[in-house]
Order: sequence, then structure tokens, then C-alpha cells
Amino acid sequence: MSTHDATAAPPAVGSENYLNCSHGFRSWFFTLDHKRIGVMYLASILSFFLLGGILALLIRTELLTPTRTLMSADDYNKVFTLHGAIMIFLFIIPGIPAALGNFVLPLMLGAKDVALPRLNLASYHLYLIGALIAVLSIVQGGVDAGWTFYAPYSTTTNTAVVTLTFGVFVLGFSSVFTGLNFIVTMHKMRPAGMGWFDMPLMLWALYATSIIQVLATPILGITMVLLIVERVMGIGIFDPALGGDPVLYQHFFWFYSHPAVYIMILPAMGIISEVVSVFSRKHIFGYRAIAYSSIAIAAFSFLVWGHHMFTSGQSELMNMIFSALTFSVSIPSAVKMFNWLSTMYKGSIRFDTPMIYALSFMFLFGIGGLTGLFLGSLATDIHLHDTYFVVAHFHYVMFGGTVIAFLAGLHYWWPKMFGRMYDEKWGRISAIIISVGFNITFFTQFVMGSQGMPRRYYAYVDKFEPYHVISSFGSYLMAAGFFMTAWYLVKSLYRGRPAPANPWGGAAMEWQAASPPVLHNFTEEPVVGDPYDYSNQDYDPAIGGYVLRKPEVSDR
Amino acid sequence: MILSGLVNTLSVRGAGVPFLATGDGTFWLPVRASEAAGAVDNLFYFIFWISLFFFTLLMALLAIFAVRYRRRREGEEPEPSPSHNLAVEVVWTAIPVLLVAAIFWFGFQAYVDMSSPPLDSYQIQVTGQKWKWTFTYPNGYVDELLHVPADRPVQLVMTSQDVIHSLSIPAFRIKRDLVPGRYSKAWFTAVRPGDYDLYCAEYCGTQHSSMISTVKVLAPEAFDAWLREHSDILSGLTPAEGGERVYNVLGCKQCHSLDGAAGVGPTFRNLFGSERSFKDGGRATADENYVSSSVLDPQSRVVQGFEPVMPTFKGRIKDQEITALIAFLKTLSVHAPQDAAPAAAGAGTP
Amino acid sequence: MSTPHEGRGEHADPHLQHHFQSMAQQYDSGKFGMWLFLVTEVLLFGGLFCAYAVYRANHPEIFAYAHQFLDKTLGGLNTLVLIVSSLTMAMAVRCAQLGQQRRLKQMLAATLLCACVFLAVKGVEYEHKWKHGLLWGTRYTSQEAAPAAAAAPATEAPAAIAAPADGGTTLPHAAAGPAGLAAEPQTGHGAGAHGGHGPAGPAPRNVHLFFGIYFVMTGLHGIHVLAGMIAIVWLLRRSAAGEFGPEYFAPVDFVGLYWHLVDLIWIFLFPLLYLIH
Repeated sequence: MSTHDATAAPPAVGSENYLNCSHGFRSWFFTLDHKRIGVMYLASILSFFLLGGILALLIRTELLTPTRTLMSADDYNKVFTLHGAIMIFLFIIPGIPAALGNFVLPLMLGAKDVALPRLNLASYHLYLIGALIAVLSIVQGGVDAGWTFYAPYSTTTNTAVVTLTFGVFVLGFSSVFTGLNFIVTMHKMRPAGMGWFDMPLMLWALYATSIIQVLATPILGITMVLLIVERVMGIGIFDPALGGDPVLYQHFFWFYSHPAVYIMILPAMGIISEVVSVFSRKHIFGYRAIAYSSIAIAAFSFLVWGHHMFTSGQSELMNMIFSALTFSVSIPSAVKMFNWLSTMYKGSIRFDTPMIYALSFMFLFGIGGLTGLFLGSLATDIHLHDTYFVVAHFHYVMFGGTVIAFLAGLHYWWPKMFGRMYDEKWGRISAIIISVGFNITFFTQFVMGSQGMPRRYYAYVDKFEPYHVISSFGSYLMAAGFFMTAWYLVKSLYRGRPAPANPWGGAAMEWQAASPPVLHNFTEEPVVGDPYDYSNQDYDPAIGGYVLRKPEVSDR
Repeated sequence: MILSGLVNTLSVRGAGVPFLATGDGTFWLPVRASEAAGAVDNLFYFIFWISLFFFTLLMALLAIFAVRYRRRREGEEPEPSPSHNLAVEVVWTAIPVLLVAAIFWFGFQAYVDMSSPPLDSYQIQVTGQKWKWTFTYPNGYVDELLHVPADRPVQLVMTSQDVIHSLSIPAFRIKRDLVPGRYSKAWFTAVRPGDYDLYCAEYCGTQHSSMISTVKVLAPEAFDAWLREHSDILSGLTPAEGGERVYNVLGCKQCHSLDGAAGVGPTFRNLFGSERSFKDGGRATADENYVSSSVLDPQSRVVQGFEPVMPTFKGRIKDQEITALIAFLKTLSVHAPQDAAPAAAGAGTP
Repeated sequence: MSTPHEGRGEHADPHLQHHFQSMAQQYDSGKFGMWLFLVTEVLLFGGLFCAYAVYRANHPEIFAYAHQFLDKTLGGLNTLVLIVSSLTMAMAVRCAQLGQQRRLKQMLAATLLCACVFLAVKGVEYEHKWKHGLLWGTRYTSQEAAPAAAAAPATEAPAAIAAPADGGTTLPHAAAGPAGLAAEPQTGHGAGAHGGHGPAGPAPRNVHLFFGIYFVMTGLHGIHVLAGMIAIVWLLRRSAAGEFGPEYFAPVDFVGLYWHLVDLIWIFLFPLLYLIH
């Protein structure tokens, strides 16, 4: 197959691409282009990340003192509920798959679009509708049930639970449609020459994620339906006064919501697999082990929900089984970690912002994963359950893992998405500030948690004050890092150096498209090859990026 | 304070030391005041040191690789090295499998011990409701603080009146949810007399963070003495005051109002001396005997318009407590001979 | 189809979207997507089947008692109607593949008719339940014994069951047995005292749980039937314009798959709700 030199001479930013090929609100809002849908998703989730982050700062500020600082107990309860619901349902779950995944998945397959573009757009519209309904619940006075909506509290509190849960129900459809679309795309649109084990690991991760989205989200849907029916009609299924079983709600809820944490972390692991290999300029170590471990995590994720309920009164036998299964899910994660580390071994490591984030991910996710051992183990979980230890653990996994990897991916693909380079120096500085701030915020929470501080407390016993103060100041530092990030990324859109097609030397197919890509992605048929083979590209200092060498052998 | 705690943790109070000489708190864990806490703490530190070891190892490798293999100039290509190795993959899968299997097993064993109470446990009933704890002792005495004897297994039989709560005593390393409509159980043997925090750990609404109580661990003799003294809820009170106490403490107030509004049961206002008509068609005047039989055998005569839901208090209320309750009811009723001044009139004012 | 078709040969099928290589790839993708969607539907109902299984295992007496209020004849009729509709739907797909435009429209109309009959019968059943207060949770007001036990009207005490609903358990805490959720069969308060021992025995506690599950399951199924009817109307409009033929019949095929699933779910609901012992 002949190659071309489009990558050698990247089109200037001014030339036609998916961003400037058409204009106007309708050309975006009703677009079927996966890249525009991805960008719209990105803008939306970042807006909700800002909102959720402001709520987080309110929480941390309130907790500066053991009693009232800013707001009443009821307001505090609403703030932490919304922080959780917004961050989970509106930011993290769609974060990597729907925003970054939508953008890169067809590019990585060398395809023109996802298989079902109209479903993709429907997914985004449903996301917006669900988000608006969820936000409506704030207008109605907020919700104070916690993002887990445990019955019977959620069925008896007089706040806008129905609105928020209905929003979550709609968002569930959005998530299902995205996952379904990705599965179909990967099955049916892989180019000739790309077998399953020739796919970039990001795609394996998205595949595993999509499976969970498709199989678990309907259970969330029916749970939310039952909760709404319970509240609106008084059906009694979760109401002990009517013979219902509130613990059944927890089973239903966690049957979705535990797999959901893998919806969040699996694509993050996919990004790390890409970034570590590219910036070490070395073939990923143990490709198959990483690919299989993604699938293993997806499979195990359905079998561990009961570990959220060790203190709920389920039988000792069930606790034992769930504890054992929980440990089994830790193995594939550990395997991935070792493989990433081995990829760096004897590499040629470049510390650009995405790689700083990837290293930060390994540090934070390492802590997040290892502290999971304390919670999976029955005897210690009883002590740590529902304390700040759990809060710290899932923030290390969800924030230190998913959000940090999301930032890695955002910086990694930013030049591809917008055709501009951001300021590398500020990128590194804020990556470090965010990591340091994060550790200050959440490491202290491990300590106060194991000392017994229960979660979701508006006021607390005086002895926990020093921890809370440290934690709050860490969160301010982290917020400063994020504002810096927002500032230099926005600035790059206007002032950034035009990006070459392949600034980092990636070997997956998205780097064969121009930055930013044209409407139908590739100007010429992309070359299918090993996504981790860097031997056929050269660094061109003139453009600050890598160019494909003329292939010596045919790769078909 | 935190630093000194860290030093303590790292120097003397290590992992695997079974039953550390003292139960003082460490950097990580609070004071240890129950028998089971020792096993939990040992396991905690077992996992802690394993985690710390592997985390340090991985991060050290990360740092070494990052420095050693950093790219010195752009365009530099790494020397070739293998991209897979089955033996290595198997080893680093097998080692974690063995470690987590061990952690699982220790955690499970300690948990089984923690969930099997001895048969001779001292039983205390616990009720959670928004947002307070109520502890009922075997003799019917009710308190809002949890007093327990040291060195004796205590079993808590718990239920909730409204939403899910969770009883958490960090010093004992126990936690159990209280689910409405079910009984759940927890047990412990306290070993250190003293006061410990007791929290609600399951979010339950506005005052969730105020749903805090204290566990007072007393030496066995001190506990017996305390219970004897406090069980006599009438001591030092006039009969009417004592009756009000009975009304509050034994739970009459949850169904019988003082302001004239019918609740689950009839109001106590103006009840004494009034004419009652029953579901089975009978009628009677609410005199002392009527009150007494209503408390001891509530199902025999159910007042018109109410459901037969009141349980008997036979065995849980003493005769002088009934007498005191009657005295209290008299103060609330216009039908009663007002020889005693309405001591509790304030409570009865609508 | 609003998608531009640039970069394609002039001979490309007008139904082929720009990002696919061939009609076969497009059809396969759509069909695979449809199957995945059906999987999510199965799981959606799967949650309800789980709830059903849990409650039936914990309270078999409620199910044994309450199912007698359901009309097996009407349920059986509806089963038959849906099976016929599946047949007509399958024939509609075949007609589309063969390009038999007239019969395609007839078959789709027949399917739509069956769906209407199904919903009408369902409406009759609902109305009966409504009239007799055989409803869910707090709305359950039935004073009747099961038809089998019609001889003696058992005055079960629904008010006593419903009473705690507004304030949680209202018994004095010192004595409070948990109000609900007895794992063992229990009779209602005072049911024994009021007699009512027909062949089916007195009404167990919390009969409303069965009706709660019944209404949620059949209601959600009914919503799916409605959605299917909307899809069939859409197909009818497109087939009136003669859009389907041997080259392009994917929408008919996909709606057909969905319709069969809706039928299949009913095939499970019917015995689980109507025919249990």
C-alpha cells in the first residue's frame, strides 16, 4: 500500500477541518460527526466538572470548622448529594468514553465515524436532557438523599428525589447508547488488517467499558424506575412499613454502581496504556495481558457489588463470597500496573504533560488500589466502612485514577482535537500542583477515616479538626491547579502553536490524521500497523513532531 | 501531634505484634477498647506493611526508570528490549494472588469471630431513630448513652424506627446497620473502662452528624451498681413527675399524645375519668383499674376507632410505675379529682 | 438521510451512509446494535424478575393467595393475541424482503391491531383491579377474599398495615417488633378473630406487594407495547411510501426483533403472574 506525506507537511490550522467546515449552532447541535459530538460532550462534562468542583470546595470550606462554617446542615447534605451525583453521572461516567472516546475511537480504527452516528447524537441529546432534569432538581430546592439514594431515606425525604433520579434514568439511556455504539463500531468497523489483538489498548479498554455500560446500566434504569414508582405511587417494594425490603434497593443499586466504577476506571487505564508507551517510545509490555485484564475486570466487576454491604446485615456466607470475589478484581489491576512499569524499563522517556499525569496516575492509583485491600478484607472493612477512609479510597481511585488519566488523555489528544499546542511549561506545573494538592486533600482523609470519622458528617468531633483543615487547604491548592489548567488550555485555542499531525510520536492511527482532522477524518486511507511500533517514524525538529518513514515492507 | 503519631507508628507499634501491650491509639487507629479490636488492628497493619512494601518498591522502580531512561535529546531511540515475557507475567500475577488470598483469609477469620457472639452475652436492645439512640437494658431501663460492663460479652439487638442507621463504635472496631423492619445484631467484649464515641455511620438526614452518643465502659461491679441505681426511675420524684418520666421513657409518648390529638392510640389528655367505648360494644369509665389493665393487657378492650396494635407491657413495667403513670394521667384530666396540683400542666397545654 | 455521500461511487445505494463501505456492513452493524439493545431490554426486565424472585421466595403465601385475583382467561387470551402478532410481524419482515408491498402493509396493520387488542384486554383487567382496590402499596384497599375463598369475606385489616406508612413503625420502641418484613408467613392483624377461613385461608399480610410487582411488570411491558406500536406506525408510513424492498428492509427487520422480544417477555410474565401455585 502506498503511503503519503500528508503527515510530513501538516495542513496549517487555517485549512479546512472538522471545526471550520461548517458554522452555526445547528451545524454543531445536530451534527452526526463523532468529533463534534465528542467536543460537545467535552464542553458539557467540563462545565459539570466545574459545577461539581465548586460544590466540593463548598463542602471542604464547610468542614474547616467542627460546627457551622458556611451553611446549614440541610444545605450541606444537599451540597454533598449534588457533588456526588453531578461528578458521577454527569462528569466521570461520560467523561472518558463519551468525550475523549467518541473523538478518538473511529480515528484509532481508521474509520470515518462510529457505526451508528444518529444514535451517537441521540446519546448526546439524552445526556443534555438528563443533565437539565438533574439540574432542575437544584432549582426545586435540591436533593438530600446522597448520590446513592438509599431507601427508605430517599423514599421519605421531602426533597426533589424524583427529579434527580429521573435525570439519572435518562442519563442511563445516554450511557447505554454510547456503549452500544462503541461495541458495534469495534466489531463491524475495524479496517482490514486490524485483528482484535492489533487494536490499541485504549480500544480494548473502551470495549470492556462499553460491555459494562450495556449490561449494567439497565439495572440502574429499573432501580430508578422502582424508586420513582415507590415515591410517586407508594408501591411499597422498598418500604419496610409496607413489607418491602430496603436492603434489596442496595443490591439493585450496587449491581449497577459497582460495575460503574469500572466504567470510570477502565478507559482511564486505556489512556495510561497509550501514554506510557508513546512517551517511553517503547512497545507496550505485555499487550495481551493488559487486553485480557481489561476484559477480566469487566467480567469480575459484576460479581463484587455486595462488598458495599458488608455491614448491612447480609449473611456471613454472602459477605465471605463477595470479599473473595472482590480480591479477585484486584489482580488484573495489579497486572496492568506492572506492565506499565515494565514498558518504561529501557525506554526513552519524555516528560511532557500527559506523561507527568500518567506517572501521577500510577502513584495515586497505586495508593487507591492498595487501600482497596483494607476495604475488601472483611474484618478491617467493618471498622472502615462508611468512614472517610472509604471517601479517600474512592477519591484516590476515581480522581487520582480516572480524572488524572482523563487529564492525561485530554492533554495527549488536545493537539489532535483543536490543532493547537498548549503551553508545556504551565502544563507540567499545574499537573504537579494538582497531584500535590490532591494528596494533601485526600491522604489526610485516610487517617481520619481509620481513626473513625464517619462520612457525610456536617459537624464533627473536635479531634478531627486538624485533619479537616489540612484537607481543605489541599483542596484549595488543587483548585488553583485546575484554574491554571483551564487558563492555559483556553489560551492555547487562540494563541497556541499550530500542532503537527503527530506531536508525540504516537503510532496508533489517529496520529495519521491531520491536526485537527478533516470532516471525514482521513484525507487518504490510513496505514494499518502495530499501534505500538515506533520504528518507522522520525522526529522532525522543523515541525516539532514525528513523521512516518516510507514503509519498506507492505503491512497488509 | 500527627508527626509524633507517625513516629510512633513507624518505630514501636508495628504490624504483626499480637496484642500490643497497650491499647492506646496509633497514628492510624484509635484507642483499642474491645477484644476483637486486637485482631482487626493486626490485620490492618499486616495489610498496611504489605501495601507499603509493594508501593515503595513500585514507586522506587518508577523513579529509577524515570531518571535512568529519561530522553536526553529529541529523536533519541531506545535500545530494543522485549515487549512480553510469559514467565514474568505469571510470576507477577501469582504473587499478588497468594498475598490477597492470605489477606482474604485472615480478614474472613477475624470477621467470623466478630460475628459469632457467645451464648451468654448480655443483651441490650438498641433503637435508632432520627436522630437519637435509645438503649434498653434487660430490666426495661432505657438510656440514651450506652453503658456496658467490661470483660463481659455484650450483644446489641438493634432495629430502626425510620430509615437505615448504622451503629459505629470505632474504639471497638464494630459497625452494623440498623434496618427498619428487621433486627440486626452486633457484639463485643469491652476491655478498657472509659468513654468512647458512638456514631451513626449511615447517612440519615439533617442531624445525621448529631446522632452521636457515648459508650461508657464500666468495671463489672460499677456497671451493676449503676444499673441498679438508674433502673429505679421513680427515685426522688413525686408520683406525677415519676409518671411523666414513665410516659417518656417507656415509649407511651410515641402513640399517645398529651395535647388532645389522637395518634396511633388515644390521647392522654382528659382520658382519666372519661367514658370509653370499645370496639366490641362495651363501655367503661377510665379509672385506675382500667388504666392498669390497658397497660398490661391492651388487646382485651380496644377503644373504638383505634387498631389493636399496642403491645403488652406485662413484665416490663413495675406496679409502682403504673401507679405513677395513673397519678400523671390524673394531672392531665379535667375528669379527675384535682386534689393534686397539675404538676405537669405545662406539658398538657395545647 | 441528511448525511453527505462524498467520496463514494455514483452507484452507491441511497440508503448507504457515508461511513460504511457496503450495505452489508451497514445492515450487520444495525442488526448487531439492535441485538445489543435487546440485551439491555432483557436486563431492564431482569431487574424486575429479580425483585419478583426475591419477594416470591420470601413471601410465597402472598403470591399463592394474590394470583387468584388475576383472570387466567383474559391473560391467556392476551398471550394468544401476542403470539399471533409475532407471526404477523415475522411475515411482515418476509414480505419486506420479498418486496410484497401490499402484504407488507397488511401484515403490519394486523400486528398493530393485535397490539391494540392486547392493550384493550389489559385495560379491562386493570379496570377490574382498580374497582376492587387490588392495587399496590398504600392504595391497596381490597376487602375481598380470594375468589376461591369467596364464601367468607375476610376482613383483613389493611388500615393497620397501611397505618405505619406515614410515620414509620409507630409501636413503642421497648416493644417494637419490626413492623413489616416477616420472613415467615404471617396472618393479618385480627384476621383469625374475624373468621374468613375459606379454602384459600385468610389473606396473608402485605398482599399489596404482589399487586405492586404485577403493576410494575405489566405496566412496563405495556409501555414497551406502546413503543412498539409507535414504531409499527412509523413503518407503516414508510412502507406506504414504498421505501422497503429486497435492497433495504433493515428497519422492518429491527422493529420485528424488538416486537418478538416484547412478546417473549409477556410469555414469561404470564405464567409467573397468572399460573403460579
